[in-house]
Amino acid sequence: MAQDGIGARVARKEDKRFITGKGRYVDDMRVAGMKHVAFVRSPYAHAKVGGIDTEQARNMPGVLAVLTGSELVADGIGNLICGWMVHSKDGTPMNMGAWPALAPDVVRFVGQAVAMVIAETRGEARDAADVVAVEWEELPTITDPAKALTDGAPQLHPEAKGNLIYDWEIGDKAAADKALSEAAHVTRMEIVNNRLVPNAMEPRAALAQYDAADDHFTLWTTSQNPHVARLVLSAFYNVAPEHKLRVIAPDVGGGFGSKIFIYPEEVACLWAARKTGLAVKWTGDRSEAFLTDAHGRDHVTVAEMAFDANNRITAFKVDTIANFGAYMSLFSSSVPTYLYATLLSGQYDIPTIHCNVRGVYTNTAPVDAYRGAGRPEATYVVERMMETAARELGVAPPELRRTNFIREFPHQTPVIMNYDAGDYEASLSAALSASDYAGFGERKAEAARRGKLRGIGLSCYIEACGIAPSQAVGSLGAGVGLWESAEVRVNPVGTIEVLTGSHSHGQGHETTFAQLVAERLGVPIDNVSIVHGDTDKVQFGMGTYGSRSGAVGMSAISKAIDKVEAKAKKLAAHLLEAAEGDIEIADGEVRVAGTDKKLGWHEVCLAAYTAHNLPEGMEPGLKEGSFYDPANFTFPAGAYVCEVEVDPDTGHTEIIQFVAADDFGRVINPMIVEGQVHGGIAQGVGQAILEGCVYDPESGQLITASYNDYAMPRAHDLPSFKVSTTETICPSNPIGMKGCGEAGAIGTPPAVINAITDAIDNNDLAMPATPEKVWRALRAGATPMRQAAE
Amino acid sequence: MVTVTMTVNGRQVSKEVEDRRLLVDFLREDLELTGTHVGCDTSQCGACVVHLDGKAIKSCTILAAQADGTSITTIEGLANGAELHPLQAAFKEHHGLQCGYCTPGMIMSGVDIIRRHEGQLDEDTVRHELEGNICRCTGYHNIVKAILAAAQEMHGEVRQAAE
Repeated sequence: MAQDGIGARVARKEDKRFITGKGRYVDDMRVAGMKHVAFVRSPYAHAKVGGIDTEQARNMPGVLAVLTGSELVADGIGNLICGWMVHSKDGTPMNMGAWPALAPDVVRFVGQAVAMVIAETRGEARDAADVVAVEWEELPTITDPAKALTDGAPQLHPEAKGNLIYDWEIGDKAAADKALSEAAHVTRMEIVNNRLVPNAMEPRAALAQYDAADDHFTLWTTSQNPHVARLVLSAFYNVAPEHKLRVIAPDVGGGFGSKIFIYPEEVACLWAARKTGLAVKWTGDRSEAFLTDAHGRDHVTVAEMAFDANNRITAFKVDTIANFGAYMSLFSSSVPTYLYATLLSGQYDIPTIHCNVRGVYTNTAPVDAYRGAGRPEATYVVERMMETAARELGVAPPELRRTNFIREFPHQTPVIMNYDAGDYEASLSAALSASDYAGFGERKAEAARRGKLRGIGLSCYIEACGIAPSQAVGSLGAGVGLWESAEVRVNPVGTIEVLTGSHSHGQGHETTFAQLVAERLGVPIDNVSIVHGDTDKVQFGMGTYGSRSGAVGMSAISKAIDKVEAKAKKLAAHLLEAAEGDIEIADGEVRVAGTDKKLGWHEVCLAAYTAHNLPEGMEPGLKEGSFYDPANFTFPAGAYVCEVEVDPDTGHTEIIQFVAADDFGRVINPMIVEGQVHGGIAQGVGQAILEGCVYDPESGQLITASYNDYAMPRAHDLPSFKVSTTETICPSNPIGMKGCGEAGAIGTPPAVINAITDAIDNNDLAMPATPEKVWRALRAGATPMRQAAE
Repeated sequence: MVTVTMTVNGRQVSKEVEDRRLLVDFLREDLELTGTHVGCDTSQCGACVVHLDGKAIKSCTILAAQADGTSITTIEGLANGAELHPLQAAFKEHHGLQCGYCTPGMIMSGVDIIRRHEGQLDEDTVRHELEGNICRCTGYHNIVKAILAAAQEMHGEVRQAAE
């Protein structure tokens, strides 16, 4: 094995530029003649847009142009699309309202842009945007998705009557109802999954340039998938032809899902660059991010779980209302359906599942995928239910889970997914042991002597990663295939460039991908460079989200390496006059097995390019590509234990201990994997106790629109985490990887809430469990759940 | 407009800027030192932390004009030539960064924390004193480790030098 190959804790190759201030993010870019953009945004959550008087703005210092929504529409720029068609249970397609990049007639959430100003400096653009005079006619607003479905609620889009986007179901309702009616015990809960703002630290930005001489566009943008951006911008929005548009996503300061999507600002900047002939840059500030980045989660759910007399689950029935906000974002329709309901089996053998989801428009920012995308919402429902059921049944929470674990693989759930491999008992045992779960009672008693309430909570999550088999997602309505591409270019001196269609925005691809190449070809990782994020360099790609870069992106690289190896072996066999099957590549050498005959790796590479002596019919060069389409989703899983202390006087929760035991299949770089888990846990803790998006129910104003109002997890909100991995190899990709990027955000929220509800002996607690909510819950007395059990 | 003169990373600079120019914009736009980042508009995130006369400040909270006559160190000026500052090296060694966006501010804050405590640091203190810096990627676990490790190393060096 190469020293820095698979399994090694290699320090990241990309770090040097970030720690020395040499990273290149979009706002760091400048091109000749570049001007600055500021958007004119709606102060109202719902309003008709009357006349827009731009005269005063046009006369402000430095102003070069003011463009409005009606001009954008007149130029034929297409509406933003949702790329995943979902049909209601009656067979009708989802009801999608139009979303122009600049609103010409109606705005439907605070912050929606209606015009843009281009000026010499950012300050001048903002000054001028402030004086663009818009005639607003306020309309009634609705922010609560359940109320949006009621008669008489304000209507957002004529295409969606009653604000209903779709009424979708999966599973067998009749069987679930029957099992519920025959159950020995039914656990029933109402569960809210709070709306979050992803909050990548780098705000979104776009720099657009049009070269009239070549009729060519360049867009630098903060994107997780530049190729899909180019495809959508060209094929649907008509801002530039695909072959004349280069999209570059350079260093990107975090994504967490929020930078998958194509936003109005990117469309508007590209359009404006051509219309004005100016290179234009927009960099959002944090307030714009709060208002206009796609938000995450926001579900209201009623769930019922049926148990037989042996505490085995007989059915699970879930009814969810999903708030989509004012418009359908690129992936939004799939998140509460195919990425959510299909994971409701959790780690458990459940014979019958039924899930109904209603997608609803409201006057709030659009909601789309955020770290985990549907999987955290599913896990929160399943694991809150399991912990609650255990309490109601008087069974230890680990025991109820063990009773119901899936133990044989592959396992077909009633909701599409076919779990390929896993060992849920191994993760649970590891987590219970690392957390000294058995010794909790003693610690609780000790805390009580100090006047503190100690609680412990468990969560056993599963997710479906590595999205995704193209045929599968196509059958579910996806507008694209979700393969990944790679090209391995071996240079004449033996160094290697790997071009990947995935995109790194903090995940460390430049290191882990190089580790794979080092392992396979026996070269040092410093001889490998990873190229990504530029549509002019990489032929195509689907980007990074859903923990797909390892399982799908690296699998594509692996397939390309297979081809490189095969050609190198054939060439070496020819040069060494040996049988092709006897050639092996290792440690920088190409050898004839069992002999001392060998060539250096670089000698074979040079021979491929000098081409003086090639086997009959072999083309010169050593460069191979692959488009890898996975055979199945991957199924990372794990068990998390959270231990908290609640101060009964203040309601403040301190996380005393957090243990994660994950199964990610094969791990390439344990250090990077642990880092991914740490970050996910922090976001999960954020959702559980700190973060929550609050809209004023009357005006539709976003109350939590800055870091003063929206509580981000800070260092002192968190403990150091205890993380470890167990390993079952994923059988459906060549590397055996499952993916690790979302686990923490998925497994953490239920573990934290289960711990707090345990500490305060009241199950009626919603996220975020702020000190005020916990304090009130403590004073509300005994839980109805416990009363019922008594 | 106002003319400001200051020493930035050891080099004297003098520029005419708008009265309202923030120090962070002066560094990023006028001096093209883009390592200092902007992550919010409320002085909460700490991505813009630099050192002013040796002390950590948020460069989004003061005007360039207010920094007239001072000495500023940004992330670009922290390394000693090709030799990384011990905290820069510790961030790499302990995987204290992912997307890298908050990293310059974290490192500049971390250096200040270590300086003020002369290396006598524990986890609790580091976590408490990092409250002005937000990281969305790392969960702080490895940032805290990196600062503690660098503090130990730097403190050791200081002691050796004194002996």
